[in-house]
Amino acid sequence: MYLLLLYFPLIGACLSGLGGKAIGHKGTVIITISCMLLTFITFLIVFYETSLSNSICFFKIGGWIDCEYLNLEWGILVDNLTSVMMLLVITVSLLVHIFSLNYMKNDPHFSRFMSYLSLFTFFMLILITADNFAQMFLGWEGVGLASYLLINFWFTRYQANKSALKAIILNRIGDFGLVLAIAGIFSIFKTLDYSIVFSSAYLYSDNKIFLGTYEINAFTLIGILLFVGAVGKSAQLGLHTWLPDAMEGPTPVSALIHAATMVTAGIFLIIRCSPLLEYTHLTLIIITLVGALTAFFAATAGILQNDIKRVIAYSTCSQLGYMVFACGLSNYSTGLFHLINHGFFKALLFLSAGAVIHALADEQDMRRMGGLYKVLPFVYTMFLIGSLSLMGFPFLTGFYSKDVILELSFSTYTIHGLFAYWLGTISAFFTAFYSFRLIFLTFLSKSRAFKRNIEDIHEIDIYMGIPLSILAIGSIFIGFLLKDFIIGLGVNSWQNTIFFLPQRFLLLEIEYIPLYFKLLPVILSITGAILSLTIFSLYNKFIYKLKLTKLGNTLYKFFVKKWFFDLIYFFFIVKPILSCGYNITFKLIDRGLIEIFGPLGLTRIINNIANLSIKNQTGYIFNYAFMMLLGFMISILVLQGFFDIRAKIILLFVLLLINDLILTKKNEQSSR
Amino acid sequence: MDTSILWIPLNLGTFTDMSSILFVIGTFGIFVTRRNLIITLMSIELILLAVNINFINGSLFLDDLFGQIFALFILTTAAAEAAIGLALLIGYYRLRDSIETIIVSTIKG
Repeated sequence: MYLLLLYFPLIGACLSGLGGKAIGHKGTVIITISCMLLTFITFLIVFYETSLSNSICFFKIGGWIDCEYLNLEWGILVDNLTSVMMLLVITVSLLVHIFSLNYMKNDPHFSRFMSYLSLFTFFMLILITADNFAQMFLGWEGVGLASYLLINFWFTRYQANKSALKAIILNRIGDFGLVLAIAGIFSIFKTLDYSIVFSSAYLYSDNKIFLGTYEINAFTLIGILLFVGAVGKSAQLGLHTWLPDAMEGPTPVSALIHAATMVTAGIFLIIRCSPLLEYTHLTLIIITLVGALTAFFAATAGILQNDIKRVIAYSTCSQLGYMVFACGLSNYSTGLFHLINHGFFKALLFLSAGAVIHALADEQDMRRMGGLYKVLPFVYTMFLIGSLSLMGFPFLTGFYSKDVILELSFSTYTIHGLFAYWLGTISAFFTAFYSFRLIFLTFLSKSRAFKRNIEDIHEIDIYMGIPLSILAIGSIFIGFLLKDFIIGLGVNSWQNTIFFLPQRFLLLEIEYIPLYFKLLPVILSITGAILSLTIFSLYNKFIYKLKLTKLGNTLYKFFVKKWFFDLIYFFFIVKPILSCGYNITFKLIDRGLIEIFGPLGLTRIINNIANLSIKNQTGYIFNYAFMMLLGFMISILVLQGFFDIRAKIILLFVLLLINDLILTKKNEQSSR
Repeated sequence: MDTSILWIPLNLGTFTDMSSILFVIGTFGIFVTRRNLIITLMSIELILLAVNINFINGSLFLDDLFGQIFALFILTTAAAEAAIGLALLIGYYRLRDSIETIIVSTIKG
């Protein structure tokens, strides 16, 4: 039955992808939706069995690689972590499938789209239910591939091609780190099985890996490399530039991949490898710092974006930073809790944005919308619920996870925890700011839309409404419902899957921090919301003049250009590599060296020798007589002791050379 | 009465220089000629003469009659070959009306 979870999306993907023309639009709808529904029903049974009844399921399917030390077998491991992730993945995937029935209904490549969505779900499920690192890597690469295919769905659009390439290249850089980490794990543990690696991690925590003469603690190195993989996949600072550009794909894609599932794969990896990471002090510090910086960076970059989907993308990046630094402070369960909550309200936000874009005939620029709260009240409500949840409005979903993360980061006894707290709190302010800027510019302000966009405006119909409502219910209630299940004190949901050292357990300390610091994030969020609403409705001219001052202009450019990361990457990495690719490897090596040592050079040599040798036959008989004499003399005088064939061959070459030299001289003389 | 006679030592190197110089002159004569083909024939005769002198020299030094007999053979061969060469030359002249050496013919590559 656990294999059905994997088979149904695969069947849906294959049938609608390979037989899309034969089945047609209606057939694709029936097949993919029924496959996803069956997956969901199977998942409910699985969830009841593994999470609610606390009985983990694991089994091996068959052999894959069997070679001395490396015994890889296909296997499924469904424990609590897996089933809670599947709650997110399968629910959001099903809802996105239903949403895109209507969103992509007029697209001629509808079958391909639905097949790619199901393919993505399949690979994500392989990633989650994997038993060993190699199978997880298979799923990892597969979701990267599906992400590329889906961003590049409208492949005739040039921007989409560039963005998809950017996504997959940055993902691959992360994958490189992950492969090295897997190699490191193999070198220490001699196996890639989760159960063996994680249960014997404590024995190897003092092992050292030697790189030349430099020695480093093995788990530190493995942890850093695993984190590099997570940075690539989850768009942390450093390899984050693909996430905003990935909004070139259709909106359901953004909702599925870049809100709920693929970008959470990195965090899933970190949580899964918690037994390894807990023994490293340095790696956890790095994870915390990078996560906090990402949260801050993305929040500041999001306040000035103009595309509706990009704002939500930066919001995703920022929240991923929260999750990462929660994991870095050894609170893996809190990170997971925020992951699930975030999946729900972010998918809600993305799908609502999709509804708005669909209603406005594909207009994505926020500055060209406005006044939609009267025309699209349902979507406005959804947006509001999602944004309030994102902000951490008290007692909605986001509040439960976000505030716990910030309280935990305050109550650590370390400096990097405090650093994360301050950055996280300031990011909460900015998050509220841009969320309400988005709502104001899209819904509440006076309409600034072009006529051609609002001509056919209509409220969304039921297929798009059902997913939104379910997600809205999730955004409101799921935080409260799952709080005790995931981060409750003393509950045994995570028996062995999430490991933390006892000295880093902080869930009690958060109740004893000063009240001011507990309330600060909420106060800042509400302040940010009110500030943004008042600024953009009343003080518009003031803020415009602020933007035109020198300092304002510099800051504006800095934040709008995403701290110039794209620019730096372009000038220092992309441009040199592309120019090297053309000038050096193509012109100099491919067309130069290899051709010279290959066909082109050989033809030239042979042509030259032939041209020189032609000059030997002058037609003058006395020349020929001289040659005869020369040959005879050499063979009796010089070759007396040269019985070796090699010496004779060398001598022959030397004679040919001399011959050419003499004849070229003769030719010059005769031609003068 | 013996002071006016020049004592020439009779060892192997007596006529070797002369023979080799004649040989080289004859050889170079084959391919250096820019005048006519008769020079070629004369050079061949010179070569044969040089070889003859070499043989006589050897017979004189080794006190063996074999060298002089072989020189006689070479002499007859040279005569026959000269006759044939002259006959070929006359036939060649009848065809081409000249006996120049430098003729760029179709055997040029």
